[in-house]
Amino acid sequence: MDKVLFLFLRRMRTPLLVLVAAYSIAIGGLVLVPGLDDQGQPWRMSFFHAFYFVTYTAPTIGFGEIPYAFSEAQRMWASVSIYLLVIAWLYAIGRVLGLLGDPAFKLAVSRQALNRSIRRMHDPFFIVCGYGDTGSLLVAALLRRRKRVVVIDIKQDRINDLLLSDTDTHVPGLCADASDSASLKTAGLGHPACQGVVALTDDDNANLTIAITVKLLNPRLPVLCRAATRDTERNMESFGTDQVINPFATFGDRLALALHSPVHHLLHQWLSSVPGSDLPMPIYPPAGRWVLCGFGRFGKAVQAGLSQEGVETVIVEADPEGTDCHGCVHGRGTEADTLQEAGITNAVGIVAGTDHDANNLSILVTARQLQPEVFTVGRQNRDQHSDLFRAARTDLTMRHSEVIAEAILAHLTSTLLPQFLQQARAQDEAWANEVVSRISAVTGERVPAVWSVALEPDTAPALLERLATAPITLDDLLRDPRQRDQQIPCIALLVQRDDGGKRLLTPPGDTSLKPGDQLLLAGQGRSVARIHRVLRDSHALDYLLTGQDRPQGWICRGLVGALRPGPRHTETDRGDTT
Amino acid sequence: MNLEKIVFGFFIILALTLNFGFFIGEIDNPHHHNVYELFAAIVVNLVATILKFGDRTHTGALLLATSLVAVLQLLIAASVWAWAVHVSASGLDTMAMASIVSLAGGAMLANVISVVLVIVDTATLRR
Repeated sequence: MDKVLFLFLRRMRTPLLVLVAAYSIAIGGLVLVPGLDDQGQPWRMSFFHAFYFVTYTAPTIGFGEIPYAFSEAQRMWASVSIYLLVIAWLYAIGRVLGLLGDPAFKLAVSRQALNRSIRRMHDPFFIVCGYGDTGSLLVAALLRRRKRVVVIDIKQDRINDLLLSDTDTHVPGLCADASDSASLKTAGLGHPACQGVVALTDDDNANLTIAITVKLLNPRLPVLCRAATRDTERNMESFGTDQVINPFATFGDRLALALHSPVHHLLHQWLSSVPGSDLPMPIYPPAGRWVLCGFGRFGKAVQAGLSQEGVETVIVEADPEGTDCHGCVHGRGTEADTLQEAGITNAVGIVAGTDHDANNLSILVTARQLQPEVFTVGRQNRDQHSDLFRAARTDLTMRHSEVIAEAILAHLTSTLLPQFLQQARAQDEAWANEVVSRISAVTGERVPAVWSVALEPDTAPALLERLATAPITLDDLLRDPRQRDQQIPCIALLVQRDDGGKRLLTPPGDTSLKPGDQLLLAGQGRSVARIHRVLRDSHALDYLLTGQDRPQGWICRGLVGALRPGPRHTETDRGDTT
Repeated sequence: MNLEKIVFGFFIILALTLNFGFFIGEIDNPHHHNVYELFAAIVVNLVATILKFGDRTHTGALLLATSLVAVLQLLIAASVWAWAVHVSASGLDTMAMASIVSLAGGAMLANVISVVLVIVDTATLRR
C-alpha cells in the first residue's frame, strides 16, 4: 500500500475536520440569519449562496455582499465566520507545510521515490555498497562504461554527495546500513536486472556480511569485495565470493609485474584504468637493493612482490615486534640517519609504506636528498593528499581507492578481461610491445574503452543471419559502417570460441567469425555504438561487406531489381573491398 | 471503553440516521424533504469520511470507500438542488426532487453498508 499517502491522510485528519467544522458553522449560520431582499421583503440566504459567499470569503478574496446587501445581523455573523474560516485555513496550511518539512515524512517520500526508480530499472545494474573515495571512483567509471548503478551508504553526507555529483544517468542512492539484508533488498538484490554487488565499505565485517547475505539470498549474483586483511579475504573466499580485492596484495603484485616487464605492466594499466582518463606512462623500476619503510600490511605485500622477482629488500620499521619483522632497521625512516643505516646511498628504490601520509612524504623527500637517483614508491592513504604526492613527483603512487576501483572495474567490465590479462602475462615482451603500440594507435592519449561482444541471436541477429551464408572476418566487422574503407578505432584483444572454450589471443584480422564467439575489444568509446549497429542492422552490415547501399523497403528493392536486370550478386565481388 | 470508538461510531450512525431522515417521505414532494437535513447529512458524512483517513486495515479501507461513495452521492444531490433552484427555468419541480431524493437514497445504501461493516468489525473483536 502507498505509505506516503496513508501518512499524509492520517496527519491531515485533524486539519480537515477543523475545515469542515468551520465551513459548516459559517454556512449554517448564514442560512439561518434573517435578511432583507432588494424589495425590503424578509429573505433567507439559500445554501448555494451561503456556500458561494463562504468560499470566496474564507481565502480572503471577498466579492462583496451577494445577492442582496446584507442585514446588520447577517454582517455580524459574516464577521464571526471570516475570523473562524481564516484561522481554520491558516491552521490547515500550517499543518501541511509542517508535514512536508517533517523528517519522517521526507524519509518516507524519498524511500518511495527510490523504490520506484529501482523497480523501474530495466537496464542491467550493479549495487555498490559504500560511496567513499573508492566507491565514488568506481561509480563514475561504471557510468562512463554505460552501466547503471544503485548506491548504498550508511552516511547521509555521502548520499548527498552522490545527489550533487553531476552524472548523466540517475543513480539512486539509499542511506542505510548495507550489511542489513533489508536495505540490500530495497536496493534491488532480488531485481532480475541486478548484475552484481560490490562491497566497498571501509569495515571488513560489513563487507563480509554483505557478501554472505548476497550469496544466501541470490546465489547467482557475483559479489566483489574489498578486504583489508588476509584473514577476511580467506573467510570471504571460503563461501564463494567471486572476487576479493586486497588492495595491498594487488599493488604488490603489480609492482612485481612492473619489475619483471615494464611493458606488461603498462598493458595491464592501460586496460584496467578508468576509461577516458589520461594514458598512464610506463614506469621502469630498477632491479637492485630496495629500502622498504613500514612493514605493515602494505609493506608485507610489497616485500612479497619484490622478493618474488628476486629483489633484495632492507626493511625499516618503527615497531619490529608488533609487525613480526626480523632483522630490520629500527626507526620510522623519516630521519636521514635511519635511512643511511638502511643503506639508502647504494639502494635503487625506496618504498614509503607507512599508514601516515606526512611521514611517507617526508621519507621520500629525505631519501631523494640522500640519493637523487632513487626510484620512489609512495603509499597515499587519503584521497585529499593527491596534490602533495603529485608535487613530490613520486615515480609510483599507490592510491588505495584507485587500486581497488581498477581491480573491480576489470572484473565488472567483462569476464574476458581478467582472462586476457592473465594470459597476457605468459606472453613475451615482443608480443606485449606490439599490443601496446596497436592500442596506442587506435586510442591516442586516452585510456581505451574495453568491452565485450557476444555473437548470439539476441545480441547479433544480423551478423548471425549473414554468417549462415557467407564467411565474415574480424576485419570486416571492424570496418566503419559509414565509410567502409576505414577501420573503426578499435582492436580485438581476445576471441573466445563457443566450442570447447578455445581462446585466440590478439587474433589476426583474417580470423573468420563463428556463431557463439565472444570478442573482447578495446578502442575509443565511440566505436562501441558502431559495432553494436553492425551486429544488429542488416543494412549496415550489407554495406560493410559489399560496399553497396541497398534499398531497404521491398518496394524500392523490387524497383531497383526491375531497373537493373541480371544477377545482382555478381557485383558483390569481395575482391574490390579489400 | 474507548473514546475514539465512541466518536467514530457516533458519526457513522449519525450519518446514516440523518441520511434516512432526509430520504424518507414521498419521493417527488419537496415538502417532505428538508434542505437543512441534507446539509447536516453532508457535513456529518464528510466528518465520518475524514475520521477514516489513514486506517491501513482492510476494513478501514472498505469503510473509507463506502463513505466516499456516500459523500459523492450527497454532493451530487446538493448540486442538483442548487441547479434546480438557481439555474433551471422550471425550478424545483417533481422531477428534480425525485432525482435528489434517489441520489440521497443511494448514499443511504452506502451508509447502511458502513454501519454493517462497523458492527461486524466490533462483533469479531474478542475483547
